[in-house]
Amino acid sequence: MSVIFILLIVSVTVAGFFLFAFLWGVRGGQFEDDYSPASRILFDDASSEQPANNKKR
Amino acid sequence: MLRTETRHAETSLCYHCGERCTTEEIMIEEKTFCCEGCRMVFSILNEHSLCNYYSLNQHPGASQRVKVRKDKFAFLDDVAVETKLLHFKEGHQCRVRFYLPQIHCSSCLYLLENLPRIHVGVVSGVVNFGRKEIEIVFSDDRCSLRELVETLASIGYEPYISLSDIKQKKQGTSKSTVFRLGVAGFCFGNIMLTSFPEYLGIESADEALRDLFRWFNLALSLPVLLYSAYPFFDSSVKSLRHRFLNIDAPIALAITITFIRSVYEVLSGTGGGYFDSMTGIVFFMLAGRLLQDKTYEQLSFDRDYTSYFPVSVPVVKDGREIPTMLPAIKPGDTIAVHHGELVPADGILTRGTAFIDYSFVTGEAVPVLKNMGELLYAGGKQTGERLELLVIREVEQSYLTRLWNDAKKQPGDRDQGSFVHLVSRYFTIVLMTIALITGIYWQVTDPSRCWPAVTAIFIIACPCALLLSHTFTNGNIIRILGKKGLYLRDASVIEKIASIDHVVLDKTGTLTVAEMQDVSYSGKTLTAKMKKAVAALAVNSSHPLSRAIVDHLAGNERRQLIRVNDFYESVGAGIEGFVDGMLLKLGSAAYTRSEKIAYEGAAVYLAINGAPIGYFQFANHYRDDTDRLLKQLSLRFRLSVLTGDSAGERSRLRQLLDEQAVMLFDQRPDDKRDYVKGLQADGEKVMMVGDGLNDGAALRQSDVGIAVAEKANNFTPSSDAIIDAGKLSLLTKFIRLCKANKQIVVASFILSILYNIVGLYYAVQGDLSPLVAAILMPASSLSILFLTYGGSGFAAKRLKL
Repeated sequence: MSVIFILLIVSVTVAGFFLFAFLWGVRGGQFEDDYSPASRILFDDASSEQPANNKKR
Repeated sequence: MLRTETRHAETSLCYHCGERCTTEEIMIEEKTFCCEGCRMVFSILNEHSLCNYYSLNQHPGASQRVKVRKDKFAFLDDVAVETKLLHFKEGHQCRVRFYLPQIHCSSCLYLLENLPRIHVGVVSGVVNFGRKEIEIVFSDDRCSLRELVETLASIGYEPYISLSDIKQKKQGTSKSTVFRLGVAGFCFGNIMLTSFPEYLGIESADEALRDLFRWFNLALSLPVLLYSAYPFFDSSVKSLRHRFLNIDAPIALAITITFIRSVYEVLSGTGGGYFDSMTGIVFFMLAGRLLQDKTYEQLSFDRDYTSYFPVSVPVVKDGREIPTMLPAIKPGDTIAVHHGELVPADGILTRGTAFIDYSFVTGEAVPVLKNMGELLYAGGKQTGERLELLVIREVEQSYLTRLWNDAKKQPGDRDQGSFVHLVSRYFTIVLMTIALITGIYWQVTDPSRCWPAVTAIFIIACPCALLLSHTFTNGNIIRILGKKGLYLRDASVIEKIASIDHVVLDKTGTLTVAEMQDVSYSGKTLTAKMKKAVAALAVNSSHPLSRAIVDHLAGNERRQLIRVNDFYESVGAGIEGFVDGMLLKLGSAAYTRSEKIAYEGAAVYLAINGAPIGYFQFANHYRDDTDRLLKQLSLRFRLSVLTGDSAGERSRLRQLLDEQAVMLFDQRPDDKRDYVKGLQADGEKVMMVGDGLNDGAALRQSDVGIAVAEKANNFTPSSDAIIDAGKLSLLTKFIRLCKANKQIVVASFILSILYNIVGLYYAVQGDLSPLVAAILMPASSLSILFLTYGGSGFAAKRLKL
């Protein structure tokens, strides 16, 4: 009985975490543009090409 | 052999934009460029070591042949304009969003997001690829808005800033439906899980546990009722206020009754309630709605004239050009119109020779010559020298604008009369009747079962299966059509397309291609040498007819062109020059001293060494498969072709059409609209297919207006749907798919009725167990989902879409 009680809390917590992750992702616009992030990751880091006069944010 | 040829062609392509180079003089580091503009962009990128741009994709740039005028963006210095364009400003930090139609590949992304390296004032640039937008953060003490836009323009990404940007700020798409769906899914899943023990028969010893699960379900159903289901309540309340029962009303009713009864059961300890069914309905409904409301972000169906017109135009005062915002232009002002710019208001030409390209308006790309003193209508694009116009009518009063405002589609008539809403009304009435009869029956025979039976009816018989079948079929059809190049404004368009019986087509720009001309030559035979010489002369002019001649004569071998000496272009008349020892003249009949032929279309005359040789005739180039499309359409629908052109192509068009089809020539925009109106008055459902602004009024008037766009994100008049020009030949199939849509909806509706009958069988007896409800609900939803998806997919496959 008490085990089920704990299990219930754990399972809801885990599910709630995924719900939160989903809502957070939607709010952050992760599902809006499915092209840019995939290409962006392939670009070389700007600092390695031109180390000197490029200020990183 | 073939390979060497392609490589040869490769070397003469512009390194920046991939266009064929006409000279080999514009070079940097062994890289050839087609024009100074492209070379300029390269040198800027080279300077900031951003040449990775060129290694990510081949020829990623857009052609820079048309230079951006020096003071084009002067209006951005105006504080009023600036504050309207900026999204956000705090201190010196400014945030602005631009629409860059040139964005098309990862190179664009790379370059634009490295904007801070080109200009120190820019803090960051983030591209939204789907919307072709960039959001830039910059500090205005180091970079003004104008400087920013000019920097973008200098690297080949000129932002498109139009009057509509100033008038209202764009709103981001609402994410709330997705939020609601997420919450509903979460609660639905968990309630399902904790409902199982009860269904499987929990032992009475575990009563405490059973109560815990019940209360847990009750708690989880609250967010669904209060948050996720809110749109259904909202929409049904609104519809009731308008004394119209829409499909959401019975759903809201079902949700409420299910919830109340479930709460009662939990509180009284008589049962577990129907929380899983309730949350399941909401979840599936929201999913279907989300699918159906698929939006095409890069498309805009509601464009009005303001999105075509520039933000400001230069007003000429005391010999100086002062940028002035467009709404402030008054009759009596003198405005300047430069090459490649739009004539914003009706006016009289006071300086310069106008060469107006009305392709925006009519779909006809060959420029029209206008001399001083003539009236220019708004909407045309000047090609050639700078013009001065005396404005005679305000922008709001101009011919085009008036036309545009004339036939506003009445909002609010979108959904009414559609199949689902028709059915839903009867559904509700039938449901009420059944509930009433059952209630009376049990009240008489066994009052204790009255209340469970009546509530069970509302729980089980909610029209969700019907609505699901509708939303999922529509959603899938919209998706299939979108993949094939027909983009619908919303789901209600599908039903309208299915009901049409008369198709009205515009000719110029819709059936024909605006930029392409069929060229035929008549006269004395041209030798190979002469052909080359004529092509060499014509290549120097940017006039569309000259280009068509070059394509006709030289084809792909433009590189071996001969040198032209003493080239001279008299605007509106023709071009001349010495090629290979011959004096060539190409142009109007008067210019070449040729005898004018009787031909309705455009003709260009050729004279060599002063003697008329022959002439080129031009005819609109019909899209591939036009004849097949017209044949297919005329088999199923009545067909009309309207055109603003004169009757010159009557015989040619007649060959493509059958006898019953109507052909009308010399149609002005309001003629087209009135024609559509006339057909509607005769009870016909009209589909109008057109492209230019001149079809705008007819598109709005028609039951279904489809705008044709060469590229999906080109500017099109306001319409119900946008079709990719290359996919026009599939139109008949698209219509047939929309017709199949109705059959699928009806089929799945019948299925859902069957489920309802089974459910009602239990419900009227007053012993609907939660288990039956819990099986019946998802089973009906899922089988409907399969039927609609499979059905629409099968229909598309059968049509070979």
